[in-house]
Amino acid sequence: MDAFLMQYIDPYFLRILVLIGINIILALGLNITTGVTGQLSMGHAGFMSLGAYTSAILSLQFSAPFWAALLCGALVAAFFGFLIGIPTLRLEGDYLAMVTIGFAEIVRVFFLNFEPGGKAVGLSGIPQNTTFGIVLLLVIIVIFFNARLLKSRLGRSMYAIRENEIAAEACGVNITRIKVLAFTIGASLGGLGGALYAHYMFFIRPQDFAFMQSIELLNMVILGGMGSIPGTILGAVILTIAPELLRIVAEYRLLFYGALLVLLMIFRPNGLLGDVRIYDLRKRWINKEVNV
Amino acid sequence: MLLELKHISQEFGGLRALDEVNLAVNEGQIYGLIGPNGAGKTTLFNIITGIYQPAEGEVYFQGRKINGNPPHLVARMGIGRTFQNIRLFAKLSVLDNVRVGSHAVTHGGLFGSILGLPAVRREEKQTLQRAQALLEMVALQEKRQEYAENLSYGEQRRLEIARALALQPALLLLDEPAAGMNATEKQELMSLIHHIQKEMNLTILLVEHDMNLVMNICERIAVLDYGRKIADGSPEQVKNDERVIQSYLGAPA
Repeated sequence: MDAFLMQYIDPYFLRILVLIGINIILALGLNITTGVTGQLSMGHAGFMSLGAYTSAILSLQFSAPFWAALLCGALVAAFFGFLIGIPTLRLEGDYLAMVTIGFAEIVRVFFLNFEPGGKAVGLSGIPQNTTFGIVLLLVIIVIFFNARLLKSRLGRSMYAIRENEIAAEACGVNITRIKVLAFTIGASLGGLGGALYAHYMFFIRPQDFAFMQSIELLNMVILGGMGSIPGTILGAVILTIAPELLRIVAEYRLLFYGALLVLLMIFRPNGLLGDVRIYDLRKRWINKEVNV
Repeated sequence: MLLELKHISQEFGGLRALDEVNLAVNEGQIYGLIGPNGAGKTTLFNIITGIYQPAEGEVYFQGRKINGNPPHLVARMGIGRTFQNIRLFAKLSVLDNVRVGSHAVTHGGLFGSILGLPAVRREEKQTLQRAQALLEMVALQEKRQEYAENLSYGEQRRLEIARALALQPALLLLDEPAAGMNATEKQELMSLIHHIQKEMNLTILLVEHDMNLVMNICERIAVLDYGRKIADGSPEQVKNDERVIQSYLGAPA
């Protein structure tokens, strides 16, 4: 499929499309933890890193098939998401953010000293198995399952926890269980995204998954709209393209991010699509017609 | 006896919020709990629902001791509640608020949900139908798509009742359901409470400051003052109780 597309699409654009797809998967994972369930995670890159390294090592050392490397990357990340979920979920807000930052740092420092991971040099020569076709397929699957989950009983209880924990408990929601579940699912998508990333970039280093990467993923969720699937996708698209457009002022990219977030908080505190629903749009549209 | 509190005491940093409170609520009763602000009424609700653990005493529900259980398990046993300071899921639709209420009585798990298994779909359909029936009952069916935060105060209180009913409780705890309502809304609320009590074979324990409402719908009333139960009986008995008049109702002018 990629070879076919290459005839029509510039490889540079194809590359951006693949990165958009990977970022959508990563951001949708974080959206479940932070956007939907309201548990501020600032260490999503840690899960991404676990998925990337696990899958890369499996591919390089054990010549594992690509799908197995992806699956293991996601599972290892999910396992750590579950593990970190248990103690941290007794914490809230700022405290949880601190612990997740700490977790991602521990993962980074671990790989910085991990012999099979190539230490600071990283791993190179990872087979470039991630193609546009595979990313597209996985994005569609992830969006589909995400939408199913968020519309289900469990998805509703996740939103309920974000909105009001005490009321959610009074409805019979086991808060701890749902939070750990949200963390695990979010982490598994982080791991999947990381594994795709590793097999696309050909080369990974611990710095690729540093704090700024976590923040960028968080920005996608916040920009698009916490808890909204279309919003998160939009956020991932915008924030993947933006640095490309701002290549000329590369050093000032952070300045741009900062300004963007400030403007967003002023004009759209719930994110671009955070509280936009078809129902409201239709109602507004109908009301407008009546006024005319 | 559906609910029985035995010698419940609670302290908050030296303040005795509840002192040896006993209460027995029979099946099918509408039981009122009144008293001045700070008397410990909401604290008592929080103890029944497992938010607080009592310093002393026991809570029995359907003959089982329930204190020590976390709130979500108490809810699953069949105790629904509303909150004095409304606690809706503001950024969820009215319909979804009620559907979350069904959480305790449904089972759909992760894989069943994302794979869309028939059992889960059937359950979702039932959840939806039940939620719509409840919204019909509290007259919010037309607003089912609105965000809960966009409802009026009285509507929000009714939505809380619908959400609590969605877990098909045997016991419903209403914490100041009429607060902030106007006279018409209060009238409607009274008939709603009567209606759900009969229709769903419910037992209701309610905290309320509106004496007209309490005297009208409660079969039995307990009065708390400074954490102590100072009276317990029929509305007539309570109305004429010397201590209740002194500490709460006030002498007729």
